[in-house]
Amino acid sequence: MTVQELPGAGASHRSTPPPAWRPRTDAAPLLPDAEPYRVLGTEAADRLDPALMRRCYAELVRGRRYNAQATALTKQGRLAVYPSTVGQEACEIAAAMVLEEQDWLFPSYRDTLAAVARGLDPVQALTLLRGDWHTGYDPREHRIAPLSTPLATQLPHAVGLAHAARLRGDDVVALAMVGDGGTSEGDFHEALNFAAVWQAPVVFLVQNNGFAISVPLAKQTAAPTLAHKGVGYGMPGRLVDGNDIAAMHEVLSEAVRRARAGGGPTLIEAVTYRMEAHTNADDATRYRGDAEVEAWKAHDPIDLLERELTARGILDEAGITAARDEAEAMAASLRDGMNADPVVDPMDLFAHVYAEQTDRLREQAAMLRAELEAEDQA
Amino acid sequence: MAQALTRAMRDAMAEDPTVHVMGEDVGTLGGVFRITDGLAKEFGEDRCTDTPLAEAGILGTAVGMAMYGLRPVVEMQFDAFAYPAFEQLISHVAKMRNRTRGAMPLPITIRVPYGGGIGGVEHHCDSSEAYYVATPGLTVVTPATVEDAYGLLRASIASDDPVVFLEPKRLYWSKADWSPEAPAAVPGIGKALVRRTGTSATLITYGPSLPVCLEAAEAAREEGWDLEVVDLRSLVPFDEDTVVESVRRTGRAVVVHEAGGFGGPGAEIAARVTERCFHHLEAPVLRVTGFDIPYPPPMLEKYHLPGVERILDAVARLQWEN
Repeated sequence: MTVQELPGAGASHRSTPPPAWRPRTDAAPLLPDAEPYRVLGTEAADRLDPALMRRCYAELVRGRRYNAQATALTKQGRLAVYPSTVGQEACEIAAAMVLEEQDWLFPSYRDTLAAVARGLDPVQALTLLRGDWHTGYDPREHRIAPLSTPLATQLPHAVGLAHAARLRGDDVVALAMVGDGGTSEGDFHEALNFAAVWQAPVVFLVQNNGFAISVPLAKQTAAPTLAHKGVGYGMPGRLVDGNDIAAMHEVLSEAVRRARAGGGPTLIEAVTYRMEAHTNADDATRYRGDAEVEAWKAHDPIDLLERELTARGILDEAGITAARDEAEAMAASLRDGMNADPVVDPMDLFAHVYAEQTDRLREQAAMLRAELEAEDQA
Repeated sequence: MAQALTRAMRDAMAEDPTVHVMGEDVGTLGGVFRITDGLAKEFGEDRCTDTPLAEAGILGTAVGMAMYGLRPVVEMQFDAFAYPAFEQLISHVAKMRNRTRGAMPLPITIRVPYGGGIGGVEHHCDSSEAYYVATPGLTVVTPATVEDAYGLLRASIASDDPVVFLEPKRLYWSKADWSPEAPAAVPGIGKALVRRTGTSATLITYGPSLPVCLEAAEAAREEGWDLEVVDLRSLVPFDEDTVVESVRRTGRAVVVHEAGGFGGPGAEIAARVTERCFHHLEAPVLRVTGFDIPYPPPMLEKYHLPGVERILDAVARLQWEN
């Protein structure tokens, strides 16, 4: 029996449409532009703020150096794993730069650089990836949520926190970061829906870097762009060049301003590219060709800004050297910090499971303590 | 019991402005079981919030609210509807204190109406406690009396850790001579209580099976058995001492619960009792549980749920002859 032959098939067509329970709103203002928004290399660059751009440049150079140093540390066995953001530094830096002190950042596991750019000590930011503990900092002190390894699950946290802050009358915006693969997860959709319904002061930043480990965007979504996904939830979607830090800064600032003013959430898709493998454990040559990587090299976020700023006389050799020196100093201190062997306390295994330790855990802690003592005596 | 639960939330909300109730239908409707009845009216929609229908979103946003210092009380409507929220529960709610080395505890209460016996259709009657008790970082409590419903819910909301608060659906309409004006002291989370003293054997139970066990204990008197009944009230932490003390005295034990037996809480309890009471035991520790099947349709649930007869049969088997 085919579906058409099943009893009742085709009988559900209504002769008249049901009454709408509310008027349709116009989706047009929510739709993203057809092309990613750019500033560098366009007329919009005429209004660049020189001081801000010099800072962006120094941060980008520092971020690139941070990526290189962290990758080197994996080769030396100092880091268990490092998901590189080479090529994505403009997204990471801009995300941190547009937040005020009281705002919150909700990073994914790839976003250590954003946490560092927000002011977190680079060694603390790498605690998770080094393996001495899960979160190496107090989230409340820095207003940076723990790096989230499960995909998109931190997005509803950002919504809840922003909503709570608004209920308490506090001027707080939450910025949540996720990758292109993460947009397929249920938590992404639930977070966007809650944020829009509650008009929570949240900015969702999707870094579309082309691949979810090995799976390209075309196999991830059938939407014209990821920014289009905002429309269905009733929030504006913005499409922006993720390698153009001036554009990123402008679009993110605008979304943060809107959220702060009570205008609700924004979904931003930053179109960028992951120049390196997913992590050092991944072999990117299995799923992409050199030509594609080379093409993106010509669109490097640091080169883009450097060209624009030097052409406009905003940046000179001295400025470039100063930025590089600053980056080297950061790398040296990161190396020193990571070369010191982390001190771990085995009894920490039981210390933070519950506010009050259960009898069961007390028993197990005593067992481990006895094992450790026996080891010491041997 | 329903009114005691409502009262517990109401009192907690009145005392502490950071307590927020949230979930699907909890506002205007007062919940499908009316447990949140009147809270939105009294405290406003910002404190008793009808959320979009998405359990992961409900619990996930509650995490963010707790991160900011609120005490969310989340309603999951029905046991089997809580499953979409499991990733949030297991990967974040249960672990946040641990991941942050104590810097970020999450004081969230997750209310889950659970268990069968109300003639509900599928996905409305699961006994899901085994999933929760197997997750380190979660506190898991379940009241069996009206008094405990109030006391344990207040204690759960006051806890700095996430608590899965399992509400036995079929006891919602149970009545008691209880006044919220003078609630009896509940000795906090993690304390079991001997509900009936006896000398022949101990029935160890909790939640919806407590009334069944008390009824079985009365019926067993005719057979010459004087049964002690221990109500666990809290599955995590598990009050091992109260259980062990009872079994050492009676020498025999049966664990009774609705959840399936294989990998159910009864397996753990029986193992612990055996470890600590071995020389006091006159017979193996037995279990009377639901069958290891998906929850059956309403017309068949009476064959699945542990009843008085099945408990009495187990008690008879405690006359162990080796």
